[in-house]
Amino acid sequence: MSQDRISWARTVKDHLATACAVLAILLVLLPLAAIFLYLMQRGLSSINWAFLTQTPKPVGEVGGGMGNAIAGSGVILAIASLIGVPVGIGAGVFLAEYGRNRFGNAIRFTADVLNGVPSIVIGIVAYGLVVFRQKHFSALAGGVALSIMMIPTISRATEEMLLLVPLSVREAALGLGISRWRTTVSITLRTAAAGIITGIMLAFARVAGETAPLLFTAFGNQYWNWKLDQPTAALPLQIFAYAISPYDEWHRQAWAGALVLIVLIVSVVAIVRIVASRGLLKGTN
Amino acid sequence: MGVGVEVRDLNAWFGQNQALHDITMSIAPNHATAIIGPSGCGKSTFIRCLNRMHETLPDTRVSGQVRIGDINVYGNGTPAVQIRRHVGMVFQKPNPFPTMSIYDNVAAGLKLNGFRNARRLDEIVERSLRMAALWDEVKDQLKKQSGASLSGGQQQRLCIARALAVEPNVLLMDEPASALDPISTGKVEDLIFQLKEKYTIVIVTHNMQQAARVAEFTGFFLLGRLIEFDKTEKIFTKPSEKRTEDYITGRFG
Repeated sequence: MSQDRISWARTVKDHLATACAVLAILLVLLPLAAIFLYLMQRGLSSINWAFLTQTPKPVGEVGGGMGNAIAGSGVILAIASLIGVPVGIGAGVFLAEYGRNRFGNAIRFTADVLNGVPSIVIGIVAYGLVVFRQKHFSALAGGVALSIMMIPTISRATEEMLLLVPLSVREAALGLGISRWRTTVSITLRTAAAGIITGIMLAFARVAGETAPLLFTAFGNQYWNWKLDQPTAALPLQIFAYAISPYDEWHRQAWAGALVLIVLIVSVVAIVRIVASRGLLKGTN
Repeated sequence: MGVGVEVRDLNAWFGQNQALHDITMSIAPNHATAIIGPSGCGKSTFIRCLNRMHETLPDTRVSGQVRIGDINVYGNGTPAVQIRRHVGMVFQKPNPFPTMSIYDNVAAGLKLNGFRNARRLDEIVERSLRMAALWDEVKDQLKKQSGASLSGGQQQRLCIARALAVEPNVLLMDEPASALDPISTGKVEDLIFQLKEKYTIVIVTHNMQQAARVAEFTGFFLLGRLIEFDKTEKIFTKPSEKRTEDYITGRFG
């Protein structure tokens, strides 16, 4: 009898815990779904070929698009990733492999503080570092600002993932007479690759939507520009400028821009994940 | 071909803690030597000193002499990496590289040290897997299956194949069968028997029957000291030391 009661109580608890987990998932997905659906509703009707390929039209003219801003965002994010990913991974490797000391702790603390620095402040830093010297706004400056924001996230993710690689795997490699450097690159980093890629994607998705650090670095541009040392349009900047404008047509385009931005971020993350999971051997976990 | 290992006045420390005290022993080539003793007596530390794995842990120190064949292991300017290529190591828990295929696991030691000849590599992988008695079980999915997807016993034989692929002179085994079921243990022990013909084997074990089955020589460690080192038969039938007798008859440890 009492056995039955215990198992009954356990069944109830089991279902309750499952229900809580499902509820939590729904709560997480709900805002995302709501934002996405609302953006579809407001923005989808303004997305057409012209929107994706043309530059903005002057006030009062209908049409035009954010083609230059989409391209500009791509360029700026490419620069940011080219700087931020190697530096972030390098810092993470250092912290995990050689950072078990006060120097490592100092770097770790600095990275955490950097993670908490308001993005507008990072924009000012990039302004001082790049714009002030070059004497004009540029895609490069925007990329530098975003890379600074990516580095702490990527380095902490890399460190955490490397520390999850069991000591036994490292020892196996060292025991084969493989040098420490080769062990780190070919064994440890490779074992931790899936987690590190997730960290990189988090950092990427976060900075892709940043507006403040671009305000006085990339600055924005109404025209096409492929030169890295010239002011460059970016989707978040264009959305910001259009959203605070008094024109209905621009508001509609801002919604469309926001929708495009989200779709692009999701696509990049999805593509990287698929490519990465093909590259790594399956069935490892 | 196996070579002998000469150990003289070997001491090892973890921080302030001395784990090994003045170990002197000479390990015969092409034989298996078992190291037995209670937990924490320094068995693992001892064999980790033979291929300089001890120093990879933080805050550790070693003094004394180790010669493997004509290599001075702790000689000035001998890089640890170089020594480990002559000394294969098999660990207590099977530790295949989780993201690598079976083939890449075996080839790792050569590939990552710059060996590029693909045809030779194929031969070496096959020969190593055959020596480890794993070839027939995995030959059809060498490059398709991950090393981590094998069973525990297969993983350990994979690790043995991986160690053999770099053609070491000495094979160190740190309780290689303690995480395995009896059937897998039997396979690993059979393997040790065959490997003796080509390698010098030092095996740490908790299992005294295992020591008696596979090893010609046995060293008994206690509290970081080598208490007795002799022919296995002698150690298990008429040990010269009271403490050895107490241990093997199960009176302590």
